[in-house]
Amino acid sequence: MADHALRKAPLAGRHGGSAGARVTPAAPATRLSLRAGADALGALSAAFGLTLPTRPKTSASAGGRHALWLGPDEWLLIDENEADLMALAAGAGVLHSAVDVSHRNTAILVSGPHAAGAIASGCPLDLGNAIFPVGAAARTVLGKIEVVAFRPGEEDYRVECWRSFSPYAFGLLSEGAEDAGL
Amino acid sequence: MLLIYCPYCEEERSELEFRHGGDAHIARPTNIADISDAEFEDYFFLRDNPKGLIFERWRHIHGCGRFFNAARDTVSDKFYMSYKAGEPKPYIPGVSPASEKPLSENVGETYEATEGTAK
Repeated sequence: MADHALRKAPLAGRHGGSAGARVTPAAPATRLSLRAGADALGALSAAFGLTLPTRPKTSASAGGRHALWLGPDEWLLIDENEADLMALAAGAGVLHSAVDVSHRNTAILVSGPHAAGAIASGCPLDLGNAIFPVGAAARTVLGKIEVVAFRPGEEDYRVECWRSFSPYAFGLLSEGAEDAGL
Repeated sequence: MLLIYCPYCEEERSELEFRHGGDAHIARPTNIADISDAEFEDYFFLRDNPKGLIFERWRHIHGCGRFFNAARDTVSDKFYMSYKAGEPKPYIPGVSPASEKPLSENVGETYEATEGTAK
């Protein structure tokens, strides 16, 4: 049976967390690392069907597609429905740089009343409501690795990390989740 | 934990997200091919390493990825302020720079002039 390959998810079968903070691997998604100047934002926003955010630590979401502000000219786009983001970017017709990082990244969902505490066990970012409200996103560090933290819901956080670091991130978040409720 | 203000993220973030980038406001001579070895050494290698106020480049490498400049005290590690790349060296009230190397007559392209926006 060598005529087809099976994709193995990096965190397949893992589960962890506690009653206060569930830690689960996210479903596969397509992702785009996007760099563009201010003059290309209008056309790119139209192509992706959402307005690319220009304020620090903000995001825009529409129909399972998220655009996270990472830097003054850098965004991470995530499509949970696995739409072909590269094709959309190519159709924009303006100068930009887009790299498909769908398989470079994987995501871990941390949810529950103690979700922020679980992430804070290894992350220096202030995740409180006043400074990291629903919809906020930022690149930061988690323990020894770089991650992108995104808050899609009141008690939901999405931690995007590189695929090869994901067992480390998952272990750290699971430990944090067990400690967070104490 | 030391908190550093990133002028691009517009808030204080943990030092863990930052990386030091050496002295700021070092001007590259426009006549780089004509200067002597001694002059090149002075421009390229020699730094003052002052005790007190210093203007440095920092990079928010695990955040927005941007270089910016900061005024820091090398003794107390206090950050007086930080400002975007490309902006002039600020005046820090009540603190005089620990060392002031006179800028070359031929002020050419600096890091700051090229880092302001991605090209």
